[in-house]
Amino acid sequence: MIKKSFPVVGMHCASCAKLIERCVSKVPGVISCSVNYASETASIETEENVKESDIQKAVEGAGYKALFSQNGNSDLKLEDIKQIELKSLKVKVIVSSILSTLLVIGSFPEWFGIRVSDLVLLFLATPVQFWAGREFYLATWSGLKNRTASMDTLISIGTTAAYGYSVFSMMGIVEGMYFDTASVIITLILLGKYLEAKAKLHTSDAIKKLIGLQAKTARVIRNNREMDIPIENVIVGDLIKVRPGEKIPVDGLIVGGQSSIDESMVTGESMPVDKIVGSNVIGATLNKQGSFIYKATKVGKETMLSRIIEVVKEAQSTKAPIQRMADLVSSYFVPIVLMIAVITFTVWYLLGSPFMGFVSLVTVLIIACPCAMGLATPTAIMVGTGKGAQHGILIKDAASLETLHKVKIMVFDKTGTLTTGRPTVTDVILDSKSNYLQIIASLESNSEHPLAQAIVEYAKEKKIKLLKVGSFKAISGQGVTGVINGKEYFFGKFDQKTNETKKLENEGKTVMALKSGGKVLGIIAVSDVLKENAKEVIESLSKKGITTWMITGDNQRTAMAIARQVGIKNVMAEVMPEDKANKVSALSHMPHGKQHTAFIGDGVNDAPALASADVGIAMGTGSDVAIESSGVTLLNKDIRSVLTAINLSRITMRVIKQNLFWAFGYNVVLIPVATLGLLNPMLAAFAMAASSISVVLNSLRLNKARV
Amino acid sequence: MDKILTAIGGTGLVIFIYWFFFGKKDESVGVTYSQVKIEVSGGYKPSVVKIKKGEPVKFIFTRTDESSCLEEVIFPDFKIKKYLPLNEKVEIEISPSKAGEYEFHCGMNMFHGKVIVEK
Repeated sequence: MIKKSFPVVGMHCASCAKLIERCVSKVPGVISCSVNYASETASIETEENVKESDIQKAVEGAGYKALFSQNGNSDLKLEDIKQIELKSLKVKVIVSSILSTLLVIGSFPEWFGIRVSDLVLLFLATPVQFWAGREFYLATWSGLKNRTASMDTLISIGTTAAYGYSVFSMMGIVEGMYFDTASVIITLILLGKYLEAKAKLHTSDAIKKLIGLQAKTARVIRNNREMDIPIENVIVGDLIKVRPGEKIPVDGLIVGGQSSIDESMVTGESMPVDKIVGSNVIGATLNKQGSFIYKATKVGKETMLSRIIEVVKEAQSTKAPIQRMADLVSSYFVPIVLMIAVITFTVWYLLGSPFMGFVSLVTVLIIACPCAMGLATPTAIMVGTGKGAQHGILIKDAASLETLHKVKIMVFDKTGTLTTGRPTVTDVILDSKSNYLQIIASLESNSEHPLAQAIVEYAKEKKIKLLKVGSFKAISGQGVTGVINGKEYFFGKFDQKTNETKKLENEGKTVMALKSGGKVLGIIAVSDVLKENAKEVIESLSKKGITTWMITGDNQRTAMAIARQVGIKNVMAEVMPEDKANKVSALSHMPHGKQHTAFIGDGVNDAPALASADVGIAMGTGSDVAIESSGVTLLNKDIRSVLTAINLSRITMRVIKQNLFWAFGYNVVLIPVATLGLLNPMLAAFAMAASSISVVLNSLRLNKARV
Repeated sequence: MDKILTAIGGTGLVIFIYWFFFGKKDESVGVTYSQVKIEVSGGYKPSVVKIKKGEPVKFIFTRTDESSCLEEVIFPDFKIKKYLPLNEKVEIEISPSKAGEYEFHCGMNMFHGKVIVEK
């Protein structure tokens, strides 16, 4: 028995709920159904073989809509809430700007020539103080109840002091009017908050873009009928048809047809990938040419795109080690500023200038801005991780992003990371007039050995037709024999050493020979080949001062050959998979001190080594194991992504350092200036608003940076 | 005379501020049920929650404070970041497998709370 609940839309009264209950209960296999009108959900109990699509049809038959496996959209709803909050903030900014402008005009008759009574000023300042500034008071009050303080505390105390002073002045107790100061401060800070909130919306642009990649509908084939249904209603096992130029709705496996698919939006792979029956397809990628039918294997939150979005969101909630200092400061900051403000006033008073003391008190409270410190790291991490995801680089947490730029040693796994991992025919030494290649390919087409597949593929490329092979036999560890056109052949291991074969073997190649009647007819060499750009990547890493290592389970000779080709000097060969992790951690704890080490491997077999490095980088995969055990997952197979990831880390850290420098520097310099009475309170409000905005804008710059 | 009064008043106020903000003790509650309600208003109430190891706990946050400072809550150790819409319940479930102290805080890390996981 399965219990399930799902949202139902379209109900407008309690009797609709009853109707749906009746219709759904009639579906064969449904044991019970109850529909809640208030929460717009239905809960059902069914037998195991009941399909969601049948339930859906029943609900639709009653005139409503059932939404199974909703996903992704909750983020968009939050976006709406934020937009509404922004709008109300905007109204406050506009109204208080107008009132503040009038106040400034009225407060300086010597400049503007308009003299108004103090009552008019009070009348203009009060709405700004208590309506526009209401949120500062509310936050201060709830903070005080909790014995905590925030930026709001500083602003409400600062502006209340200015406002209250002016009211006393109207009563003739003190001299001077500060209504304009209080209003301008509130207006500027609200304006700053508004601009900051607007800019902050863009820090999650990357995630919004990823969500936006999703197709809206899918063309599924159910009961031999094609129909377009919303992507939320696609279930595992659905057959889906995709035409040229269309987006692939969910993850699945091709069961008919073939095509070339642009996966760049998800994996960052720039070249379209050819897919045939049996190939996996990824949801949200683009079908270039050719139609095909595929079976949905992952839907809703299980799809690769949803997982990517999840990982990015998780990473954005983690803390970078560099943030620790800022955290410590910001949790003590506000109370300390309050004390500094009191001391400032007292000292000025004792020096005989209570008036200066008062202005300085207000300025100190307004200039101190813990916001910029709080925003410095998280905003940059948000933009940085999002930017990575757009390039097919998944960063698990902020700490990995930070460590990556400190890496001094990079250990590459050989097979599948530096090399393609697929053996390829590299040398063919045969009589060109003979049909020996045809014979070899025909023999090998009966074998399942990976080296055999390389040869068959090579023959396919040369458009060679295969011959019929009789009495085929595979001799383990040696090769294969078979009869073609009445003649017996052997193809396999070649143990005679000639200069030629020695040279090939030194290059790390596997040499095989075709023999018949004890006579050698020809030689073919096969080897794993370097990935495109592997050499350039190793070169640029050494230019950056990073030492590269290669680690492999292969024999010394093959390992050395590949290392020579790619330009790596340090090689660890014949390392058993379980020892890789020890070797990697040994490298990072060399006797001359700790060196940050990264391990780059394929993610599935190398999980322990990935986890033991300071940063594990998994390549060419989006599997859960890889994401769990590595700090960085490269979704494509392009080895240049390693450089992109390092660059991303470098520029993100640079932005964070700039932000922290600016945020701290601003307070360190301006608070003393304010205590000395050298700053106008209104200028202080402007500077404070500017400091938070500049930090957010600096982080957003990462969006445009080239990596 | 007024100078002396101001000096005494100023010093007293500084001491008061110090005592008021730094001298407070965290309110803590132990939970034996699977859920705990946390009011978000000028901080987290309660700000320290004690739970048992291995038992999943659902936190229900309700933000009643308009200050945007508190609009997000983050559990860095559990990789959870949630936006808290004003006056709406937001549920966060964690199930720590290790004993220890886990911090949670607002989006800009100025307001703090703690989950103490006991063996």
